[in-house]
Amino acid sequence: MNTSLSRRFITLALAVLVLAMTFVPQAAAQDKFTVAWSIYVGWMPWEYAGTSGILKKWADKYGIEIELVRMDYIPSVEAYVAEQVDAVVMTNMECLNMPAASGIDSTVLIVGDYSNGNDALLTRNGLDVKGLKGKTINLVELSVSHYLMNRALEKNGMTERDVTLQNTSDADIGPIFIADKSQEAVVTWNPIVMEIEQTPGVSKVFTSADIPGEIIDMMVVRTEVLEASPALGKALTGAWYEVMGLMSKRGPVAEEAIASMAEASGATATEYKAQLKSTAMFYTPQAAVDYTTSEEIKEKMNFVRKFSFDQGLLGEGIRSEDAVGISYPDGTTQGSASNVKMRFNADYMKMAAEGKL
Amino acid sequence: MNPLSINARPSRTAALVLSVLPFFLLLAVYGATAHVRHQENPDDKLVPTFQEMADGFYRTAAEPDRKGDYRLWVDTVASMKRFAISTALLVFAVLLGLMMGLLPYVEKFLLRFITFIDKIPALALLPILFIVFGLGEVSKIALIVIGVFPTIILDTFLRAQAVPREQITKGLTLGASDMEVAFHIVLPQIMPGVLDTIRLNFKAIILFLIAGESLAATAGLGYRIFVVRRYIAMDIIIPYVIWMSVLAFLADLAVRGFIRWRYGWQKGAA
Repeated sequence: MNTSLSRRFITLALAVLVLAMTFVPQAAAQDKFTVAWSIYVGWMPWEYAGTSGILKKWADKYGIEIELVRMDYIPSVEAYVAEQVDAVVMTNMECLNMPAASGIDSTVLIVGDYSNGNDALLTRNGLDVKGLKGKTINLVELSVSHYLMNRALEKNGMTERDVTLQNTSDADIGPIFIADKSQEAVVTWNPIVMEIEQTPGVSKVFTSADIPGEIIDMMVVRTEVLEASPALGKALTGAWYEVMGLMSKRGPVAEEAIASMAEASGATATEYKAQLKSTAMFYTPQAAVDYTTSEEIKEKMNFVRKFSFDQGLLGEGIRSEDAVGISYPDGTTQGSASNVKMRFNADYMKMAAEGKL
Repeated sequence: MNPLSINARPSRTAALVLSVLPFFLLLAVYGATAHVRHQENPDDKLVPTFQEMADGFYRTAAEPDRKGDYRLWVDTVASMKRFAISTALLVFAVLLGLMMGLLPYVEKFLLRFITFIDKIPALALLPILFIVFGLGEVSKIALIVIGVFPTIILDTFLRAQAVPREQITKGLTLGASDMEVAFHIVLPQIMPGVLDTIRLNFKAIILFLIAGESLAATAGLGYRIFVVRRYIAMDIIIPYVIWMSVLAFLADLAVRGFIRWRYGWQKGAA
């Protein structure tokens, strides 16, 4: 009795173990990929690419399968760093600080847009940036909001020491600022900016339109995955520019696409269009190629990596902003050439521009 | 002898080895995972090595950050203050529970209401709390209080009710006042159990504390964990989590020690 029971127990344990092992991801050549996206005006086209079947069409063309999953922003980047997803949308700043600084070699496949007013510093009582000395500012620390705040202070000859930053979750930063009139300043992004802006007595005093081209929204793929499966890059780029083409045309198709994106982001079509106005979308692949291959993008990345280093975002033991290398399409490198972990790549966008996809 | 028999009696050495073994296994599996991951990617941050975590802990504890703060201590003081104030406020929960258990009018007035409040998931109310109480300390403490208060009230109430009625009658016939019955007969008997419930709720208190700090704060153990997440600083997060567990364990130990010292006369007191 006793032995038969323990034998049964061992059998059960083995069965569980075997079952568990089947869940261990296989490292063989892939034809199935997972791509994560999160809600943001410049990333909603991915939602439309998924629901309209455009992405599937392009994946089929290159004989692969792409699963598109919606996640919260930071968890999606964490999943990418943990290699649970192959590609993810993120900003240039998080790309440098999260995957690249963690040694995950990442390729910027598509430069989709830059924030041109979507991120903003808003104040009550008519305060300007200089008037914020000694005040408390609510923002998500170490996010692009924090970056924007630092650039605003810098341009006004101040530093972070002149103000107190209160870390506030992006989930509630809008309603709390609107309700609590004792709060004088907040930095956040759209659609929250739009909500706050409508409150009487609140005004925008500094936005990403004052630092154009610095906060870039991109599709990022793990370099090793892209090198092993260029089909993934081609399918994603092809699908993206098909949606861009639809959006930039006038007419019912564009209206329908924009309505779908608006709905998925929880906004009305009018609100979503207003957000698109403060987003500098690169609707054509050529425009994206031009920006990615410009000298300007290097200057902007230089601001971002300096901020990241100053805040310890590249790792606290790191001694210089050069520790993580960034490479550009012209072959130049910023920072350590032996530790390039973030690569701007214009190849796929060029293929789209030349109609070779 | 079959070691998995009900009659098995492990020797002292066996008992010691067995109780250390799970910790050892955990550390071994972790260490091996960290090692393998660092072989593949020396910059891996998700599973930091023991050395990296020791460095991370040292940096937060012994080196000032860019603002000149010794983060670990600033955060510990901020969180402990919130924890201590919330726990101290539980005195009122115990008093209320005691009164509900003894005074029928108070019971009728509050029992259904508190039972209802107890079922509210406090976390879901967090945004409302922040709007009502602002982003300061009050809202964080209010979250903990709303989350834990009803449980402690109901627990005290049930324990007070379970005290044999004969004792209360006896006390009253011997000339004790109502309050003397409450504070000299009932409370001393139920206190060890109530304190046990409070210490078992430390985990809930800490969860609410972290939730509050993650939403809006300028310092605190939970705050730091959520902020450094922005650069995947697991070398700070893991030592912080261990540090929090140690603090919680010490608080638990202190309460257990107090029960033994103060209520040691009672049979079954911890």
